[in-house]
Amino acid sequence: MSLRQLIQTTIMAGLIALPFTVLAGDTPSPEIPKAKEKATEAYGCVAPVEYMRKNHMDELMHKRDDTLREGIRTDKFSLAECINCHVTPEEDGQFASFGEDEHFCSSCHNYASVSVDCFSCHRDTPEDTDYRHTFNSGNNPHHGKMALKGKKLSVETLQVLTEGDQQ
Amino acid sequence: MTDKTYNADLSRRHFFGKAAAAAGMAVAPGVFLRQVHARPADQAATSEQRWGILIDTDKCAKGCDSCVTACMDENGWGRADASEDKSGPHQKAQWIRKVTIKDKQTGHVQSLPLMCQHCENPPCVDVCPTGASMKRADGIVLVDKHICIGCRYCMMACPYKARSFVHEDLEDQKVVAPRGKGTVESCTMCVHRVDENGTPACVEACNADNHNAMYFGDLKDPNSEISRQLKQYGGKELRADLGLNTGVRYRGL
Repeated sequence: MSLRQLIQTTIMAGLIALPFTVLAGDTPSPEIPKAKEKATEAYGCVAPVEYMRKNHMDELMHKRDDTLREGIRTDKFSLAECINCHVTPEEDGQFASFGEDEHFCSSCHNYASVSVDCFSCHRDTPEDTDYRHTFNSGNNPHHGKMALKGKKLSVETLQVLTEGDQQ
Repeated sequence: MTDKTYNADLSRRHFFGKAAAAAGMAVAPGVFLRQVHARPADQAATSEQRWGILIDTDKCAKGCDSCVTACMDENGWGRADASEDKSGPHQKAQWIRKVTIKDKQTGHVQSLPLMCQHCENPPCVDVCPTGASMKRADGIVLVDKHICIGCRYCMMACPYKARSFVHEDLEDQKVVAPRGKGTVESCTMCVHRVDENGTPACVEACNADNHNAMYFGDLKDPNSEISRQLKQYGGKELRADLGLNTGVRYRGL
């Protein structure tokens, strides 16, 4: 290693270490709000927490294209379901909006200084506070509660009518 | 898995196999209850359907705007969106609007709702530089706001003036209809409802008010209500000369 390389390496190492030395002890770790309920018994969330921390953005990116372009509306990795479960009301019953440290997404994103633009279009709080989802099937349409408004036969009835003898 | 696979041959065979049994459920001579498959949530929309809306302008009441207000409430634009308050009337979103037309010669006045016509060959999709303006396999034309850059070429290309641009930061959007500043938007045929075997909010509101001027259904299914109506009484495209083969048709014009 030449002298020049040595100097470059030293400066780089110093630059990389700088934020840690400056911030160490100053910024407390984020307080991440607890989810409303356990989606699975095995690991709580729809995937193990370590996996979600590392890969939630990829899963959301994949899901958004499936949903919008192909109409695949499953619960798992649906942004609406993340919000329903993870954005919890504060003591006064109000929800923190994205940008406030109390919001589930902001708690980490503000700490890590990573911007998100999901919420310039998507709603950042649950729409219906009484809304609790069942995670049993994993394939429920995630807006199922409004699926059959109006004068339509229920899906079950239609299945009986049309597929009764398929078993 | 096989019985859940959405397969053309399977369902067709299934249908013919059922024809005899279905005769018992005939609503009227020659008219059968439609073979409805609620598409499982984990399966993609296919080109086996093409969703369409038929509007009977003779039944569409003048001065009635239930379809418009239903759309606002469902998708959170217009009066249902308090945050878009700095935009002028010409800037605000209009997913669906009521149009009144008058024949100058006879004085005959007609009223009709106008929205995205969900073309088979949509000009908005042709001109989009990013691929954000898109048509789903089942014929519903949408904007993928994830990749929309807000250039508004599609708004210029659309002969029906069906698209709007959001000029302001929004908040408290509906979960089913994400919308935000800097992107173009239009009628989605309530795709979130359609994906769950539902009916668009405008059609539902029209029926709820007993006007029954709108029919929603699968244009590719000869037994659907909309197809039978179209076969029996016909339905026109707006600007048929453009050859866009619209999914929204009008009768009585």
